[in-house]
Amino acid sequence: MEDMLTLGQKTFSSRLLTGTGKFSSKSLIGPMLEASRSEMITVALRRVDPTAGNEDSILAHIPDSVTLLPNTSGARTANEAVRIARIAREAGCGEFIKIEVISDMQFLLPDNHETLKATEVLAKEGFTVLPYMMPDITVSRQLHDAGAAAVMPLGSPIGSNRGLEMRAMIRRIIDTSRLPVIVDAGIGKPSQAAEAMEMGADAVLVNTAIATAQDPVMAGEAFAMAVEAGRMAFLAELAGQHHAARASSPLTGFLRE
Amino acid sequence: MKITLNGSVAETDSPDLAALVTAKGIDPCALVIEHNSRVIKQEHWGTTPVREGDVIELLNFVGGG
Repeated sequence: MEDMLTLGQKTFSSRLLTGTGKFSSKSLIGPMLEASRSEMITVALRRVDPTAGNEDSILAHIPDSVTLLPNTSGARTANEAVRIARIAREAGCGEFIKIEVISDMQFLLPDNHETLKATEVLAKEGFTVLPYMMPDITVSRQLHDAGAAAVMPLGSPIGSNRGLEMRAMIRRIIDTSRLPVIVDAGIGKPSQAAEAMEMGADAVLVNTAIATAQDPVMAGEAFAMAVEAGRMAFLAELAGQHHAARASSPLTGFLRE
Repeated sequence: MKITLNGSVAETDSPDLAALVTAKGIDPCALVIEHNSRVIKQEHWGTTPVREGDVIELLNFVGGG
């Protein structure tokens, strides 16, 4: 079955995006990528701490075949996000950028207004812009018009493992979006990833749930299977729910006295 | 001379970016340098002079979601 995900100029056979945060050891990232078959992974840009000692780079653990998705985490304004994106591209990370602009430090919820401003600037500069956003249909449309390559509504707060708390709004975005919809943040277990895909999400991004599992490699594989199952269920166009029972065996011809 | 290094005022006598990296004991592999708002590629660190008042960011990629 040829069922590819297109983001900007690239196509992907995997609909599971992963992240590099929170792994107990960077050496788990390579095996996790292999097990999850994820073809795109996020990284963050930070100041070097000269006192921290020299560690190997996170980039050394990501195979060339996997597309890097630098994020703009740490940015509180559009200008800061734009600066981080430009540095990441200059540093050789390619055209993809996940815009993440957060000013609410309690729930780490994205600032849609600043995110939209950053998207407008970076799309014009040729970036493939994947904006992390509060699920909002109007903003979703505005991000499309601003040149985003996808929209990334959150399922629930980052790292919360609470699943699709934003279910109803995500469904409306899926129903109306002309861009791929990638559910990002808060997906805590494979069943929640499958649920997003069954609803018609084009992909999901999972970091915390995989990285903080006791066995991140096995968790990566579990999420891959869930995403594939959810996608296939969506494509198969499952029938809806009914209040009453509907017999699956014939209700005639019983072997009765 | 005084420069602003990663947001703080710092004293250095390194004549260029390559010398600065060495003086700070930072592994140059995968290091990203922003010098006065411009990213300088590694092959140009040795020919990019450090001057009084320069604003320099030493950055690298880390784990993040």
